[in-house]
Amino acid sequence: MSNKINIAIVGGGLAGLAAAMKIAEAGHNVDLFSVVPVKRSHSVCAQGGINGAVNTKGEGDSPWKHFDDTVYGGDFLADQEPVRRMTDMAPAIIHLFDRMGVPFSRTKEGLLDFRRFGGTLHHRTAFAGASTGQQLLYALDEQVRKFESAGSVAKYEGWEMLSLVLDDHQVCRGIVAMDLQTLELRSFKADAVIMATGGPGLIYGKSTNSQVCTGSAVSACYQQGARYANGEFIQVHPTSIPGEDKLRLMSESARGEGGRVWVPKNKGDERDPQDIPDSERWYFLEEKYPAYGNLVPRDIATREIFQTCLDGYGVKGENQVYLDLSHIPAETLDRKLGAILEIYEMFIGDDPRHVPMRIFPGVHYSMGGLWVDFEQRTNIPGLFAAGECDFSIHGANRLGANSLLSCVYGGFVAAPSAIEYAKNVERGSTETNGIYDSELKKQQEINDEIIKSEGGENQYKIHDEMGRVMTDNVTVIRYNDRLQETDNKLLELIDRFRNISINDSNLWATQAVPHARQLWNMLQLARVITLGALNRNESRGAHYKPDFPDRNDDEWLKTTIAEYSEEAPVLSYESVDVSHIEPRLRDYSKGSKQGAKKA
Amino acid sequence: MSSNNGNKIKARLTDPPETVRVRVKRRERPDAPQYVETFEIPYRRNLNVISVLMEIRKNPVKADGTETTPPVWDMNCLEQVCGICTMVINGRVRQSCSALIDDILLEAGGNEVVLEPMTKFPNVRDLKVDRSPMFDHLKKVHAWVELDGYHDLGPGPHTPQETQQERYAYSRCMTCGCCLEACPQYHDDNYIGPQAIAQVRLFNMHPTGKMNRDERLDAMMDDDGIANCGNSQNCVQVCPMNIPLTRAIYETNREVTVHGLFGWLRK
Repeated sequence: MSNKINIAIVGGGLAGLAAAMKIAEAGHNVDLFSVVPVKRSHSVCAQGGINGAVNTKGEGDSPWKHFDDTVYGGDFLADQEPVRRMTDMAPAIIHLFDRMGVPFSRTKEGLLDFRRFGGTLHHRTAFAGASTGQQLLYALDEQVRKFESAGSVAKYEGWEMLSLVLDDHQVCRGIVAMDLQTLELRSFKADAVIMATGGPGLIYGKSTNSQVCTGSAVSACYQQGARYANGEFIQVHPTSIPGEDKLRLMSESARGEGGRVWVPKNKGDERDPQDIPDSERWYFLEEKYPAYGNLVPRDIATREIFQTCLDGYGVKGENQVYLDLSHIPAETLDRKLGAILEIYEMFIGDDPRHVPMRIFPGVHYSMGGLWVDFEQRTNIPGLFAAGECDFSIHGANRLGANSLLSCVYGGFVAAPSAIEYAKNVERGSTETNGIYDSELKKQQEINDEIIKSEGGENQYKIHDEMGRVMTDNVTVIRYNDRLQETDNKLLELIDRFRNISINDSNLWATQAVPHARQLWNMLQLARVITLGALNRNESRGAHYKPDFPDRNDDEWLKTTIAEYSEEAPVLSYESVDVSHIEPRLRDYSKGSKQGAKKA
Repeated sequence: MSSNNGNKIKARLTDPPETVRVRVKRRERPDAPQYVETFEIPYRRNLNVISVLMEIRKNPVKADGTETTPPVWDMNCLEQVCGICTMVINGRVRQSCSALIDDILLEAGGNEVVLEPMTKFPNVRDLKVDRSPMFDHLKKVHAWVELDGYHDLGPGPHTPQETQQERYAYSRCMTCGCCLEACPQYHDDNYIGPQAIAQVRLFNMHPTGKMNRDERLDAMMDDDGIANCGNSQNCVQVCPMNIPLTRAIYETNREVTVHGLFGWLRK
């Protein structure tokens, strides 16, 4: 038997590709599964940049300050040790991308340029125009293509993972995946599996996420025994562009480069924004948070914008506020923000260089995800997770430009961790042979069931209804009665799901069967999010309940753990690692104050 | 677009129709014949081609009232940055997410939108095509920077703003295939096409990438190489990312010529 290790990676975004290239570099083999060609993964949508305390602006920035900002921004719910390791690694990660040829924006001297982002007072964000995620993903895609050419990475693009293959001891031995053209199912053996499938935004119907971000594969892991942590912490981005098909992101970098959020002081003011004089504009973020201004963390900016609209100040009586760049020279805007201004122009038709943009919060990111330890190991031996689909790093609220960083960091830690595991695990024993066939059969039966189901329910309508109820009740402001109603609704939808008809007699490359599989998994995960929120009677980061308006460390400085049972997710709570910084109250209305370092 | 103090004011559809007629070119499987189906959906403001297709998918009933299967198409980011949803819309190749119904109707008049799959790639089903040959082209031209390793080896090379900005323009290519669809020279893999040539330029401009320029230029001199460009300049007109493709072809061609004449001296 060869000593070569074979690791399956599910997901070809930033985290998955980061892990793939590290494993290939170490001389091992990778099977890389992705629903879309990896170059088209959701990471391309990240715009603003990647954080790392390189401190080229002479501001005295340091990885420790980055660490403190991240933990404080996350309202102390993140386990601190992995955050510390990540912020320590950040400058090297940025330099590595620079060496790989990412066209990062430059200073006049030809050094890396950095801009400001939310939740910090430092210029800490490296960027490539306003399409940083695209540029970072392409760099990794290129490196992985090199290994693909050399034969150590095999790509399965257009394949979707349906389930894990577990042996009798609940050890992960591979996956079952489906070819999205033929609907053929296959079992894949692996010495270890790394999940890197990103977030579950599609649970909310419309979000800033790409269409592949269903959380389906992660939900499958959860239903097979993986623990899902902090599901209730869903980030709603303050600035998105509402659309018929999705909410398009308007990057925080717009505010990082000086963008100002305002509404007319007179409710329902019908004038065009250019005709409203400065004295009649209410810059509510700058007024309430003089030090951070428009760059308060996302949970705070979102709540303020939401509340301002609830109070009737929304532009022209609608759910929208202005995000204004028109005071900045057009040349500067083109150079630093070109890509996102083009998106706004393309979809709305106004030129944001001259007319303030109209924006509103939109579901954006899941802080929660598969529970992992400090080495990215899940509770299932042989199963690892990295990137948005794991729960670590961001606590109760993620800071902007920390996601690209955490994806790469997670991939870089998961890779050696999985290799180490695979070296020591007993491989290919005869007793495991049957498990691949039996899992394959099980998944085939589920598909067969869906294909022959001829009930009267339309799966896309069920998806719509789930999205609407989740958006209405499990986003910015949460009430227990409405959370309970949401779970009741989800149960109703799960019931109706059993009665769907797939509506497509042609099974070749049909999207109906994969969507049905995803929808079932989304419904399960939606319950985890909703019941986690119902149970947590406090307000922390993105989780806000007017009936419990304060953070309550005595009772709730705890990680939520959800475990699957057929009836309902079983919730339990674990303590949070606070070994480095003493938890302190968040208050962005004053200047920054460093946390007390523990001895 | 007209100009008003530098503010481009976009023309808007003022008298929208009550319904949008959508003609979709379909195919059941790769070896089956193509046919057209027509759908009619109520007009709403802010529709794009994707939301029209989503509407049809929810209720796959044709304009004549008969039921059919939901059309199949690819979509992902919906922000024109992943490239996957490319198709031919009213005769023009582009991304369907950024194709706004109002703009299409304003340009074409009437209320009809015609959706067809790209023609230069194998048609999988309906509007879905297989563009994997484009990724193979990237392998062929060694579209990557060779590194000693992924461990911490310090900062990358100093780069002037000018170089960064030119490279950034090339680096935005999302492998959508618009340039190949529009190129009269590209068919049946006889010509590697503009996207790969622009990537050669991207990597040959990088201080480290440059060290492997010979491999890329050799690839450019193959039978399917840069000499096949017929200078129609269609590529640069359809590129959704405004990549200066003709400039990349010009610069690379010059490099290839020098490489062809003197390259052997360095071997």
